[in-house]
Amino acid sequence: MATALTDNPTANDAANDAANDAANGADAGTPAVRLSHVSKSFGRPGHGQTVLDDISLDVAPGEFVCLLGASGCGKSTLLNLVAGLDAPSSGEIRVAGDRRPALMFQEHALFPWLTAGKNVELALRLRGVPRGERREEAERLLELVRLRGAYGKRVHELSGGMRQRVAMARALAQKSSVLLMDEPFAALDAITRDVLHEELTRIWQATGDVSVLFVTHNVREAVRLAQRVVLLSSRPGRIARQWQVGIPQPRRIEDAAVADLSVEITEQLRGEIRRHGQH
Amino acid sequence: MASTETTTATGPSAPGGDGPERPVPGGGDRAADGLAGLEAGLDALETPAAQRTPAGRVLRTKVLPPVAAVLLVLAAWQLAAQADLKPDYMLPGPLDVWNALAEEWYRGTILGTVWNSVSRGALGFAASLAIGTPLGLLVARVGFVRAAIGPVLSGLQSLPSVAWVPAAIIWFGLTDATIYAVVLLGAVPSIANGLVGGVDRVPPLYLRAGRTLGATGLRGVRHVLLPAALPGYLSGLKQGWAFSWRSLMAAELIAVSPDLGTGLGQLLENARVLQDMSLVLGAISLILVVGIGIELLVFAPLERRVLRGRGLLARG
Repeated sequence: MATALTDNPTANDAANDAANDAANGADAGTPAVRLSHVSKSFGRPGHGQTVLDDISLDVAPGEFVCLLGASGCGKSTLLNLVAGLDAPSSGEIRVAGDRRPALMFQEHALFPWLTAGKNVELALRLRGVPRGERREEAERLLELVRLRGAYGKRVHELSGGMRQRVAMARALAQKSSVLLMDEPFAALDAITRDVLHEELTRIWQATGDVSVLFVTHNVREAVRLAQRVVLLSSRPGRIARQWQVGIPQPRRIEDAAVADLSVEITEQLRGEIRRHGQH
Repeated sequence: MASTETTTATGPSAPGGDGPERPVPGGGDRAADGLAGLEAGLDALETPAAQRTPAGRVLRTKVLPPVAAVLLVLAAWQLAAQADLKPDYMLPGPLDVWNALAEEWYRGTILGTVWNSVSRGALGFAASLAIGTPLGLLVARVGFVRAAIGPVLSGLQSLPSVAWVPAAIIWFGLTDATIYAVVLLGAVPSIANGLVGGVDRVPPLYLRAGRTLGATGLRGVRHVLLPAALPGYLSGLKQGWAFSWRSLMAAELIAVSPDLGTGLGQLLENARVLQDMSLVLGAISLILVVGIGIELLVFAPLERRVLRGRGLLARG
């Protein structure tokens, strides 16, 4: 399989293109998300801390990409930039389509003053769906995450896993072509997380052309879910290496192939972390 | 410069091509059914069972203690009055107070008096609400406004509104305008401050979630900021009502004139002029009862409903 080892930004792009070609067959088309030489620093220019350094990354339409990294690699910052909640210090971010990307957080971020169904309907309303169609569409989306009976439930009446599924339904209600996920399952217990991995894979497959950019520090989770794993180094965050995951779905987190690749990625990740202890 | 490397790991049963793995949905129906069943089981296990507190226990733990406390105080008061610790014109017993109120009742004026005060209080409160809410929103969201009048607004809360009465009388004379001015000056700051506090305590996550959903600008205020700030706003309203009622009584007590309809404050002042201690105490208890009654009947259920809907209040 194609392996590109590069040392400069231009070739970095070439590596991306190669990865996208792999994900999309011969036709790369317009990427759903394109980051070109994106850097982000906080604090005074020149004296601040650089969180992201020269990130170039394309996500193809319908592609599932996991951003993997230890603390301080700026993966959440990167998602905020793509979501438009913050602006890059330099470089350019382009998101295909005219809808803003949907974003799911580690906390469910559902509004506690609304029922599960009304949370979904609010997203529909803000998208401009006419009043008469909202209820039916919200029920369809809840059905998609298998929470048909939860329409009238308050957020606090739902378990952690159910809340994240409602949050997923709400994100899907935005009908955006890009779904950004910021460690959405990190706060869940292992059994629920495992089920939600399966659920997310199923829903991603069912929706067809939604691109997912999924941030995690859990290597197994990344390999379990993604078509491509992007490893970020820390302080500043740079793309250290990418893996194309060819293991067919449905995968299980206990699969030997998932384990093997996880070992390889973990080694690389540990190497990145060790570098920080050396000076 | 970081090195970038792309490698592909292929699973044991991977198809030969390098296209994405996307089995046709529905291909694994049995697996999907298994997942649905698993999920239903997890949901059932993790959903807390709703329970209701039996009415008997509510009665025993919530209603009985305050009633017993009030009865105890009344009994002690009656005993003190009967023991003649002070002459009757200074310390009448609860029964004397009751009789004084009953006398007012038979004269047919008492309901009108209570209504005068309550309607003034309600109207003043409504006006305070209409002014305090946009004011609070401005202070909470516009940095310049906050810097300019935020400290003044919270400082005003510690100014007893009775201090405004002389000024209001000079401005408006002995009219209803005086009474409403004092009520407004008392209630608007606490309603506005309650909203500011409520907005400040809105978790930033809700605002971020709202922005990604497209709730920006006024839509963000309407769909996210205001509902999220509602608990703080409601406690501001509760305090605002208490301030309205207090200010109203202060104004009625001082601004006594035949032109103004008799309210509870005026009833109290008239009783003092007539040296009718039973009626003075009766008027005080009416003021207390109306103030507490409105809080219990209007604000407490409203607040409970909002908090319970958000899971911020344990049942029972």
